[in-house]
Amino acid sequence: MDLTLKVWRQKDKNSPGQMVTYPIKGISPDMSFLEMLDVLNEDILLRGEDPIAFDHDCREGICGMCSLFINGRPHGPERGTTTCQLHMRHFKDGETITIEPWRAAAFPVHKDLVVDRSAFDRIQQAGGYVSVNTGGVPDANAIPISKSIADKAFDAATCIQCGACVAACKNASAMLFVSAKVSQLSLLPQGQAERKTRVENMVAQMDIEGFGACTNTGACAAECPVGISLENINMLRREFIAAKATSENL
Amino acid sequence: MILDSKIPEGPLAEKWDKHKFDVKLVNPANKRKYDIIVVGTGLAGASAAATFGELGYNVKAFCFQDSPRRAHSIAAQGGINAAKNYQNDGDSVFRLFYDTIKGGDYRAREANVYRLAQVSVNIIDQCVAQGVPFARDYGGLLANRSFGGAQVSRTFYARGQTGQQLLLGAYSALNRQIAYGKVKMYPRTEMLDLVMVDGKARGIVVRNLITGKIESHSAHAVVLATGGYGNVFFLSTNAMGSNATAAWRAYKKGALFANPCYTQIHPTCIPVSGGYQSKLTLMSESLRNDGRVWVPKTKEIAERLRKGEITVNDIAEADRDYYLERKYPAFGNLVPRDVASRNAKLVCDEGRGVGSSGLAVYLDFADAIKRDGQAAIAAKYGNLFEMYAKITDENPYERPMRIYPAVHYTMGGLWVDYNLMTSIPGLYAAGEANFSDHGANRLGASALMQGLADGYFVLPYTIGDYLAKMPYDKVPVDHPAFLEAEKNVVDINNKLLSINGNRTVDEFHKALGAIMWEYCGMARNAEGLQFAKQEIRKLRDEFWRDVKVVGVNEELNITLEKANRVADFLELGELMVEDALHRNESCGGHFREEYQTPENEALRDDENFAYVAAWEFTGVGNDPVLHKEDLKFENVKLTQRSYK
Repeated sequence: MDLTLKVWRQKDKNSPGQMVTYPIKGISPDMSFLEMLDVLNEDILLRGEDPIAFDHDCREGICGMCSLFINGRPHGPERGTTTCQLHMRHFKDGETITIEPWRAAAFPVHKDLVVDRSAFDRIQQAGGYVSVNTGGVPDANAIPISKSIADKAFDAATCIQCGACVAACKNASAMLFVSAKVSQLSLLPQGQAERKTRVENMVAQMDIEGFGACTNTGACAAECPVGISLENINMLRREFIAAKATSENL
Repeated sequence: MILDSKIPEGPLAEKWDKHKFDVKLVNPANKRKYDIIVVGTGLAGASAAATFGELGYNVKAFCFQDSPRRAHSIAAQGGINAAKNYQNDGDSVFRLFYDTIKGGDYRAREANVYRLAQVSVNIIDQCVAQGVPFARDYGGLLANRSFGGAQVSRTFYARGQTGQQLLLGAYSALNRQIAYGKVKMYPRTEMLDLVMVDGKARGIVVRNLITGKIESHSAHAVVLATGGYGNVFFLSTNAMGSNATAAWRAYKKGALFANPCYTQIHPTCIPVSGGYQSKLTLMSESLRNDGRVWVPKTKEIAERLRKGEITVNDIAEADRDYYLERKYPAFGNLVPRDVASRNAKLVCDEGRGVGSSGLAVYLDFADAIKRDGQAAIAAKYGNLFEMYAKITDENPYERPMRIYPAVHYTMGGLWVDYNLMTSIPGLYAAGEANFSDHGANRLGASALMQGLADGYFVLPYTIGDYLAKMPYDKVPVDHPAFLEAEKNVVDINNKLLSINGNRTVDEFHKALGAIMWEYCGMARNAEGLQFAKQEIRKLRDEFWRDVKVVGVNEELNITLEKANRVADFLELGELMVEDALHRNESCGGHFREEYQTPENEALRDDENFAYVAAWEFTGVGNDPVLHKEDLKFENVKLTQRSYK
């Protein structure tokens, strides 16, 4: 396959960026999208130019490190897929492909396609945990959890923290991301003690980080590579209102 | 140098309890006077950093990824072992210990492995308390499955993403400590040197991967939880960034490196499709619970298949060779990884491999789907089947998966004593970065167990014993030892940036990987290893003459990052070859063609090689010095490992 790539290049956080066009030839349909970029980067490097920086690590769809806004969609055209699991067979010979970083005020660009997602870590630090120290916990089977609740909590826990939900949202809202953790821990008996403070603190941090408001367009869930459901946002709203109504958090 | 493993006296089952009582304690009010550096935030690093923080120590944690939650532990699929005996099928601490020692082909320390089995039960309790969503039965209690090499169901799992869920548990505990201010987190930061003062590890030098800034961090103890070195092969199931640099630079500062040749080749990976391939994807070995491994009975059928004259579904049942079930009737498709991998290589070497390259075997779910229904199989393995379909564009519900072995895990690593301290005082190694618990082969679902055991339940005790004897004084980062280490790091970076040669870092990495896979992979022999040693030396010389690294240090520079890692792999590869060459026996993942039984099984030499080979650095290009730690087996009888 021969392709034309339009790639966002930006030197660093403080420099302006621009789209740069790269023609690329002889791409195999069995290559992954990132392998295609590897091939391009080898060419760029041998010309003595600076290769395109992009985030990636596990290349099996689980670490959440890869991003890329491809032809206007986070993680590209295939549903339920991270960029690293996207293969070139989903593109046509001769196609022009536009590649941009995640675009959100809360995710500033470090360089080229690499953005700073540390806001997500700070939201998790605000309450995305059960406060137990190592040791001194009950036997694992002393906490039975019905399979249906466990499965629901699991569905929420599969979030890979990639940020596609934010990138897909016209408001750059992080509601789907926050709701996944809130749902998981609100559903489980282990999460009950901190149920109210958790949701209050995580939502407050989300606002501090500068993510936008949720207007229920559902773009986040449509683009989520691991299928985190909009139900979680409903749950987050209920949890938030219930917590605020009887707040223990000043 | 005398290697003292510091294994406590007394009966096996009492060693750890006795040791926990004997170790010195740091008064709760004094813990805040000690600083600990933890490098790496996978299962071992995150659990250790979080627990140190809970205890009251000041912790600095480092990872090269953009968030600690992305460490490669996250990719583990299958499960985690624990001797809970929830299934009432005869499991016990001793049985888990025994299986692990035997699975490692009697090349691990009894005391370490027994402790691992003991604390395995605490790990499950801890993770459940954190909200880790393990699989459950309808009654609400935890579900288990059996896993490669075990005849009891002791593996706890979370769909096909056990690693992610366990890591998120450890990450959440870490986050809590970060919020409390007990742990300071440094993401996108890579350790490039270890700093020693008065013979003790007192800090590290790091590079900020965004700004390129070289910085020093001082502490009373340093923990390396930086994972394995499988990426020396270029193609492996490791993440692209997984590297050996932190451990390797500690080795060059005097930490011994143990059993580097013990590499695990995982039997069930998606085969290579082309030269552009950047990594190999694992299909969890839990698939072998329901999938049947086979190849065509004859070379002729395999050839017709490869040419496309027939399809897999045209091959009659009578023309299929379910070779694992045939050769190992007791374990069948569930034989340990080294046995399964070697047998896949054997049948492919016989010309019976499938797929266009002939380097693949089938993993067939047709019988399981017929027996349990497609829905039941999808519930168990759905995400793995999807992943396979995405990569290969084939539907595994309709035709068997093609799989082939790939480099997955490295059992070798920094030598540590029973306290997980390396040969450098104050420097600890945990998880895959150390060598200690898996011997020559790791059983499925043991890596997650070891990572969390080290981080949650071993290091928090043993590090206190060391710190209790340390003065509170901090070493300032303008101490000459720090300045010297910084200069060393800057010099290496400058050198890499100045060569401006004609070949890319990836080209060198691929060339090294090809040598390692060919001569130091699934099967090795003396002649090939000798040759590989020369080739690696040549390649390393070429690297330092002809590598092309562009840009400057003071920026996000992906080429410079890679160049540092590959420079270290080019040295580590030689040590692996050296170790493989000296070990004139076959054991576990180390298979020397000269040493095999008539049935092609690994032939150990317990009389001469029942020891840990710990290597001491003597300069690049010089032969390292071998130190031996004899392994004593008092509680298990060494037998020829048989899974028949």
